[in-house]
Order: sequence, then structure tokens, then C-alpha cells
Amino acid sequence: MGPTYWWMLFGMALVTYIPRMIPLTVLDGRKLPPLVTGILSNIPFAVLGALIFPAVFYVQEGNFLFGLIGAATAFLIAIFGFGLMTVVLGTIGVLAVYSLFM
Amino acid sequence: MERSEFNNGLRAGLSIAIGYFPVALTFGLLAKTTGLSLFEATAMSIFVFAGAAQYISLSLITAGVDPLLIVMNTFIVNIRHFLMTASLNEKMQPAPKPIKAAYAFGVTDETFSVIATSKQDKVSSGHAFGVITIAYGSWVVFTALGHVIGANLPLFLQAAMSIALYALFIALLVPSMKGNRKVVLLASLAALLHCFFYYTELLSTGWAILASTLLSSIIIELVYAKYGRAPIPAVEKEES
Repeated sequence: MGPTYWWMLFGMALVTYIPRMIPLTVLDGRKLPPLVTGILSNIPFAVLGALIFPAVFYVQEGNFLFGLIGAATAFLIAIFGFGLMTVVLGTIGVLAVYSLFM
Repeated sequence: MERSEFNNGLRAGLSIAIGYFPVALTFGLLAKTTGLSLFEATAMSIFVFAGAAQYISLSLITAGVDPLLIVMNTFIVNIRHFLMTASLNEKMQPAPKPIKAAYAFGVTDETFSVIATSKQDKVSSGHAFGVITIAYGSWVVFTALGHVIGANLPLFLQAAMSIALYALFIALLVPSMKGNRKVVLLASLAALLHCFFYYTELLSTGWAILASTLLSSIIIELVYAKYGRAPIPAVEKEES
């Protein structure tokens, strides 16, 4: 890498920070209509759905089953009420066993 | 900033910090295979602090994509944080702008989910700083550690760890889905829409995530407004 990498990093940092900062500062204090706040409060749940699917099936290129097993394991562990750490480490554990024997 | 609020935030953020451990470790590991030095990889986690965008940038660097395009892609992937901080602003206690500008840096999918679904009606700045500090610390430290030890891990373990980011997303989503049909609908519709954009190749990843999120949030809200269902309790606005 070289100076280009650092310019890229600077750009990435800037375009990541700006969308995080503007709504909390520039747009602060504006009263939003109830429909808008309703939509905004939906976003955390919608964005997680969009981030997970379909990308989870393609974490290992050309191995759809790998992602499917991973997603199913994570959902199962989470449904049983375990916390973030158990879900993440448990899923890695199951896939490690799968990778080892396949 | 109240000390106890900060400490509460640290406690609430601990689960993210632990969840970040394998995700950041994997990022450090992948960064090394991509050809980034320890310093370059760690710097990305220090200055950018955006899991999904950082992962995507690695695959674009490998593909030899123009750095300017990588920056644009980062912007598109992270525009969703605009929606999140706008949503978060409704949940936060009032505070001076420099303070809000400071904790804005640490708003990721995970810190946002934890702060926004907090049981308190209004979250203090101190609490947000606590959640963010421990999550950020974990992200940076384990990126570096992943780069240092990553290549020594056996291959099957390296492969298994590539699921980490998604397992984390699933772990954040599922508890809110339980007994809440609206959350299930929101996540499912957004997932279906993203699959649609993905398989039809109508939109690139960043725009597809943004469009599916917005469309799902709007459509479900309009449906619920029309049929007068109760809003989501965890992020219900206090009317006073």
C-alpha cells in the first residue's frame, strides 16, 4: 500500500463520520411529524434484516450451505435466549466443526 | 457527564465488545491476507470504525478497485447510519452539539441497536459514551490482535470466523423479534427486498441496503398507521 491507501482511509473516515454526525447536530431540535419518527424507529430492525440477507449465504464463496448452516445456528442459539457472545462464538464453533469435517 | 451513567453504558456495551472480538479478529486476519500492514489495518479500525464497510473495502482492495470508488462505496454502505442517528436523536437526552458530534463517531449498527433499544425512555450522553468506548476499544484492539495472530490460526477456524459479523447481526435482531410481529415483519420485508435487488442486480450493495431498509420501514409504518396497531414498545416515544 502507500500514500494512496492513506488518502483512501481519510476519505472513508470522512464519508463514514458525516452521515453519523449530521442528524445529531445540524438537524437536532427540529420537531419531526409522528409518521416520520415512526418510520425512523423502524429502521434498526429493518436494517438488520437487510444486512443479514442475502449476504450471510455468501460468506464462503461458492458454498451456500456454509452460510445457511451459520445463519440457522445463530438464529437457533439466539431464539433460546442466549447473549451476543454465545451466539457469535457458538456459530463459529459449529462452522469450525463443519469446515473441519467437510 | 455522570460517572454512573458512563459505567452503566460500559456494562450495556460489554456484550458488543465481546461480540466484536471474533468479528474484529477476523477483520485483522483478512486485512493481513489482503496485504495491509498491521499499522494500516489498525488505522482503518481507528479512523473508520464501521464493520460492514471495512469488510467490503478489503474485498474491493483485493479486486483492485479504484480507491475513489472504494470511498464512494463506503459512503453508500454507511448512509444507513444517517437514518440511525436521526432515529437515535429522538431517543437521546438533549446535550450540547460538540458532545453529540463526539459520540456520533461511535454510532455503528451494534452500538446503535443497543442504545436505541435501551429500556430507558431517554438515554444520557454518558450512557452512550460508555457503550461506545468499550465497543470501540474492543474493535481496535482485536483488529490489531487478529492481524498479529490471524495467519497462525488453522484454516478451518479462519473459514468459520468469516460468519462472525452476521452472527452478531442475528444476535442483535432476534431478541427484539420475540413476541413482536412488527419487528419480524420489518426485518423480513427488508431481507426480501434486499434479496430482490441482489438477484435482479437492480442496485449495487450499498444502495440496495439503503433502499430495502427505507422501503420496509415506510411500508410497514403505513400499514400499521392504517390499521392502528401498537408501535414497537422498546423504542416507543414518550408523549408528554
